[in-house]
Order: sequence, then C-alpha cells, then structure tokens
Amino acid sequence: MNMIYVLIGCSILLALIFLAAFFWASKTGQHDDTYTPSVRILFDEEISEQKEPQKYDEDHF
Amino acid sequence: MLQQKTLKSETYCYHCGDDLPVNLYLHDDKHFCCLGCKGVYQILSNHNLDNYYAYNDIPGQTQKTQSKHFEYLDEPEIMSKLVNYTDDKITSITLYIPAIHCSSCIWLLENLHKINPDIVQSRIDFLKKQVAIMFKHEHTSLRLVVEMLVSIGYEPLISLQDVVKKQQSDFSERNLVKKIAVAGFCFGNVMLLSFPEYFGLSDLEIQFKFFFGWLNLAFALPVTFYCGRDYFISAYHNLRKGILNLDFPLALGITVMFIRSLVEIISNTGAGFVDTLCGLVFFLLIGKWMQQRTYHHLSFERDYRSYFPVAVTLIKEGKEKPVPLNELSTGQRMLIRSNEIIPADAILLKGEAEIDFSFVTGESKPVKKTLGEVVYAGGRQLLGAIELEVVKPVSQSYLTGLWNNQAFFTEKNRIKTFSDTASKYFSIVLLLIALGSAAFWLLYKGNSQNAFDSFTAVLIIACPCALALSSPFTLAAVLSIFDKNKFYLKSTAVVEELARIDTFVFDKTGTITSPEATGFNFEGIITDEEKQLLSDLARNSGHPLSRELVKLLNRDKIYPVDEYVEKIGRGISGKINGNTVKLGGSTFLNLPLVVSPSNSNVHVMINDHYLGYFTFRQRWREGFKDLTFKLSKWADLHLISGDKDHDKQTLIPFFPRAQQMQFEQSPQNKLDYIQRLQQSGKKVLMFGDGLNDAGALRQSNLGVAVTDNINNFSPDCDAILDGASFHKIPQFIQQAKDAVKIIHISFGISLIYNALGLYFAVQGLLSPLIAAILMPVSTVTIILFTSLTARLYAAKNKLL
Repeated sequence: MNMIYVLIGCSILLALIFLAAFFWASKTGQHDDTYTPSVRILFDEEISEQKEPQKYDEDHF
Repeated sequence: MLQQKTLKSETYCYHCGDDLPVNLYLHDDKHFCCLGCKGVYQILSNHNLDNYYAYNDIPGQTQKTQSKHFEYLDEPEIMSKLVNYTDDKITSITLYIPAIHCSSCIWLLENLHKINPDIVQSRIDFLKKQVAIMFKHEHTSLRLVVEMLVSIGYEPLISLQDVVKKQQSDFSERNLVKKIAVAGFCFGNVMLLSFPEYFGLSDLEIQFKFFFGWLNLAFALPVTFYCGRDYFISAYHNLRKGILNLDFPLALGITVMFIRSLVEIISNTGAGFVDTLCGLVFFLLIGKWMQQRTYHHLSFERDYRSYFPVAVTLIKEGKEKPVPLNELSTGQRMLIRSNEIIPADAILLKGEAEIDFSFVTGESKPVKKTLGEVVYAGGRQLLGAIELEVVKPVSQSYLTGLWNNQAFFTEKNRIKTFSDTASKYFSIVLLLIALGSAAFWLLYKGNSQNAFDSFTAVLIIACPCALALSSPFTLAAVLSIFDKNKFYLKSTAVVEELARIDTFVFDKTGTITSPEATGFNFEGIITDEEKQLLSDLARNSGHPLSRELVKLLNRDKIYPVDEYVEKIGRGISGKINGNTVKLGGSTFLNLPLVVSPSNSNVHVMINDHYLGYFTFRQRWREGFKDLTFKLSKWADLHLISGDKDHDKQTLIPFFPRAQQMQFEQSPQNKLDYIQRLQQSGKKVLMFGDGLNDAGALRQSNLGVAVTDNINNFSPDCDAILDGASFHKIPQFIQQAKDAVKIIHISFGISLIYNALGLYFAVQGLLSPLIAAILMPVSTVTIILFTSLTARLYAAKNKLL
C-alpha cells in the first residue's frame, strides 16, 4: 500500500505541470484573443501565386 | 442562390453594398458606388488580394467620406507616444480600427505584407478590433503604414487617451484568471483526497488519514492566502469605514474554515473543512469573473480628448507644421481642413467657415461664421480649409471647460446594490446566531468543545456563497441578453440601478432624432407629370437630399436630362422633355428670402414658374411614440435640448407638459437641470449622444449614450445603446426589474439552504461531509436557477 504515496505524489506533480502550463499560456497572452485564431485557421493558402505545392505545416506570418 | 448573388452584385456596390447611383463606377465588370470603393478594389486586385471578396459578400465599408491628413505621424514626439516598441530596425504599434467586422477583414489585414513588403507582421485581435503591426522603419514609416490602411478602407482611430487604459484592465483580468486556476487546481486535488474520508476508511487505510490531512492543509494555504486574499483586504477596508458588506461574512467563513481545519488536522482529531474551503473560494472567484465581464471594443470613459484630434496643423512663417494638441498655445495660427474638428476657441482669420456644432451644442443646422468671429472648439468645418488664431488653450475652451465641473472630479456615487443592503443584516444575524449557540453550549451545558464546534460550524455553513453568487450570475445573464439586443452596460451593477429609475431625460438631436431617417413634405401644388420631371432630374445628383427625394417620389426613369448643371450644395437644373427644371435652395433659384422659413428646404421651379418647396424634417427614431407612451404611464419624461425650439410643436404629443421641455440649454444648464431633478428625490436616467450631454450623463444616476455606430465616439457614460434598439427601452427596463426579482428569490433559496445547515450547526453536529455536500449543491442550484429564470424572463420580455 505504500505505493499510494508514490502514486499521489505523481498525480499531484502531473497536475502541477498542467497548472504551470496554464500559467505559461496565460502569461504569453494565449487567452487574450479567443476568437481570431478560429477564423484564421480557415483561410486557404494562396495557390495562384506559387505553382509548386506548398507544405501544409509551413509556419507563415 | 446563385441567381440571388448575381442580382446582388448588379444593384449594390461590389465593395460596400450601398445602392448604386446612376453614374456608377465600373472596373473589371464590377459596379462601385464611389471612387473610394473602386480605389480600394483596385489596390486589392493589383496585389492579388481578391480573396477579400471571396470570404464574404460585400465586406467593405463605404468610402464616400474621407480626406484625412496624417502628416503629424511623422513627428517623432507624437510617434513615440503611440508606438509600443521600437529599436534600430523594427517598430511595433497597436492600432484600433473600428471598421473591423468580418473574417475578410482579418484575412486582409493579416496579409498587409503583400501591399507593403516592409511590414513584417500584422496580427488582428478581432474582439478588440485591434491590429498589431510590426514594420521595418528603414524603408517605410508609421505615416505610410497608416495611410496605406486608410487607402484600403481601414482607417485607424488614433487617440492618445484610450490605449493605456486598456492594457491596465487586461492585467487585472489575467490576475483573476490565475487565481481561479490555482483555486480550481487545489479544489480538484482536495476533493480527490477527501473522498476516502467520506466513505469511511478501513483499518488498513487509516494510516493514510494523517498523510491526506497534511496534503489537504498544504493545498489550503495557496487558496486562503493567494486566491482568497482580496476578500480579506476588502472586508478589512470596509470594516474600517464602518460598512458590513458581503465580503465580511465571506472572509470570516474562510478564516474560520482555515483555522478549524488547521486545528483538527494538527491535533489529528478530524478531517477539517479544506474541501469546502477550496470549493467556496473557487466558486466565489468564478462569480467575480462573471461580474467583471467587459467589452473590450467599447470605451465608457471617453472625454473630449478622444473626440479631438491628436495633432493640429500650425502655420509658422508660411509653412505648415503639425504639433501635438497639448502644445497648442494662444496666439498661434492653425489650419483646419474640410471635415476636421476645431480643437480650441479661435478667431477666424481666413476662408469660408460653415461649422457643424451638432455634437457640441445639439444645434442641428450648420452655422456660418464671418471673418473675425470667435469659433468655439468642438465644431467640424464643412467647407474648405480655414485659418484661425487660437484665443484659449484647449483645456480652457468653452466646451472643455465643462470638464472642470465638480461632477467630473468626484467619483460617481457607487451604485447601491441589493446584496450590499442585504449583507449588512445578514452579517449581523449570522454573528448573533453564532455567538448565541456558543453561549448556549458554554453556559447551559458547560461544554467548551461543543461551544467552539457550534460557533465555527455556524460561521462555516452560513458562509454566504450562494448568496454571493446570485447577483453576479443573474446580472451576467442579463448583461449578455442586453448585449444581444445591442445595449451595452458598463458593469453589472447598472442593471440594478436601471430597475430603480423613475425619471427619463432625453436629449433631442441625435438621441431621439435619427440622423438618417428624414421625411419630406411638399408645400404647394404639383402634378404627377411634374413629379416625374423632378424625379428624373434628381436622379443625376449624388447629394443626400436628392437621393432622398428620388426615394420619396418612387418613379421609374422616363426622360433623359439635357444641359444638366449641378452647383454643389446649392442646387441642380436641367432640360427635361422640353421643360427647364430647377431644384435647390432659395438663392439658387433667385427667390426672395422671405419665402423660406428654414434652411432645410428644397425649392422647385419649372419653366420659371415657382411651384413650392419640399420641407425636410427630421424624423423621430423608430418606435419613439410608442416608447414615450409606455414610459409616461409610470415615469416622468423630460426633454432637454441645446437646439432652438423649432420642433417644439411637433414634440408636444410626446411630452405633454410643456415645462418639461427645455430648449437652448448649454451643457452646464443640462447638468444643473439633472441635479435639480435629483434634489427633488428623482432617480434620473439621461439619454444623450453628444459632448454637450457629457456633463448631464455624468451627473445623472444612469447615463446612456445613444449612438448609431457603437464604434463612433460616445461620451463618458454608464451604458451605450445602439440606435436600432432604441424602441426596446421599456423592455430593457422591465428585464432589469425582473432581474432584481430573480435576485430576491434566489436570496430566499440560499437562505433556506443556510437554515438547513444551521440546524445541524447549532447542535454541533456539522460533519465535514454535510458541509461538503451542502455548499456545492446550493451553489449549483443558484447558478441554474438564476441563469434559467433570467432567460425565461427575457423570452417573456421579447428580448431573446
């Protein structure tokens, strides 16, 4: 039963990691705008300009 | 569907969707209503940005009115106040662009680099209507970027006042969200650790009790001292002022729960109330968050500084030079171009001045000024450029002097909410019960342990969590209902104040009159055939009055017009079917001035024979008659206008008591009028729109700014009402009253829960399990009850 100590420790640690992740997201402003990204993702890549097929995972600004 | 779409593009402007004039503009087989719209289309299609029109039909805004000068953005001093960040290569700036309204806007503004390659990045925050732009200032400048935005129809609103405030409010909201996250995290973990205790630990598991207890205590620390800190601070400050608000029993409950848990866990006598404590703080913070909901794209705290321009053009030794407004001093000579605002009281030196003071004085007609006359600040020049000499600095002019009034220095009285009043009695009763039960156990039974238990149990179980949540959840629901109906409140407390209003004061120009809806009456005799001639003539003109007239006459085009002449702003003439037709002002037709009683007349002359004139009359907003009828049943209605009393006769049906209609009132008079009403014990709601109402809006119990475009400037107020929802005012008031009713009922419900808990508490029988069940159950009941009934009432009031 001593395993419980380890398991509870693990679960709290995991929860703390998620809490830290939330703090980080909040600090970097990821919750500031909750609407625009949902629209942004729907825009198509422009095909007319470049003939070669574009990589979908390309990060473009 | 497809057919509908083509039909649309034929009769509406491809860019902005306005009706097409007869002389429409063509480009790429697309129709445009004006040169501006066509220009935007050309820029976009030249840069392969046609997709703008693909994501939405008619995404653009009309480009008919624009001529802006942005020279001042080249001044380093002004620039440094506006930009967020700048180094030797890159400058970043956040601009507020009211025109942002659809996904096409997002797409276009995030592809700005295709138009100007020196823009590194542009990001939109849609809800705040802001765009953050980063550009290399080596090759481009802030001015060029802004001018480019204007050229594609997205003019930023540049004002020195708004920017800073918004960032501050962001910070406090982010702080609250952090606290909620911590409280939620602790709440979840504590629940997990407390469950074994509720179900009873077997002998084998009893060894963990100690461990779980200490872990729980560790979670209670951040919840009490970080998340719950604000309640202690608020309770302390209010106690020092002698006020018992709801934060006092809450802080007391949190303290008692923490201390009792501490004692029980350290002495290993019980499990403590850590789970209830964490749940309480978590729910309370959520309630607080609901209450703090704000509209990012609206500003309720604007004064004249956000109405006035950022800079003004000075003329020094024959050269034009833009300077920031606060550096403007007396004796300087400034240049005001067409459609610009005069920022300080000044003497007219050069040019023809016709100034629109409607926003400042409420006078609906433009005023002509002659050379050497003093022009007061706040007017908008309608004709060409003029030159003026400043006689008073900006802050001391006739208009801005209003802001030196006492009303603007004293904080507006905090709205007294129901929970403020109720919590005072609640706290006292609570303390009496707690002390009473402790005294009973101590004196009659001599049991100090039970006395301590029952005293703390009363404070724990009666901790008014449900009570504290009933107001925020009801009011937040009402706020979102109002929001859907285009009525935007500054805070939730405004709803409660709205329910108490018994006197309504209306401003006239722009508030009860709609700037667009106008009506025509013809004075004289005119035949059908003559009407046809007029319609054919007026169709050629782009002037708003001509277009109104065409709409009114409602005839198809029959005859072509020869020798068409248009004198802008004066009149039109032409030869139609052999008749010479003239339409315009009295001077255009060479009529004696006696005939025309007011400026807003359009006279008609056919073949040198005078037929009569069309009078142009402002119409009341839709539903105004109905609205005054409904409100006057139980409330006092007043009208207070800066305008002359030429509309007095037509207003008598709406305001039956003539003494309750006041005309030619200065901004200061309006403020004093409201003050007098308040002194006679009235709760006054003021509807206004212009800067001249700013004082009255501030002084009134509730100031509501009425506007046709919520992104336009509106003065300091408690609520902003879209003109389209003006007729819904009685429904809004009824909804506010219903909301107060809901709060009262949910207060009763939470009292029942409290009584139930107290039954156990006074006997010293309260177990952590009962507390842990009662607290969330009562909370959930209240949340469900308030949000559901608020929506039910909204459906009843036809607001949903």
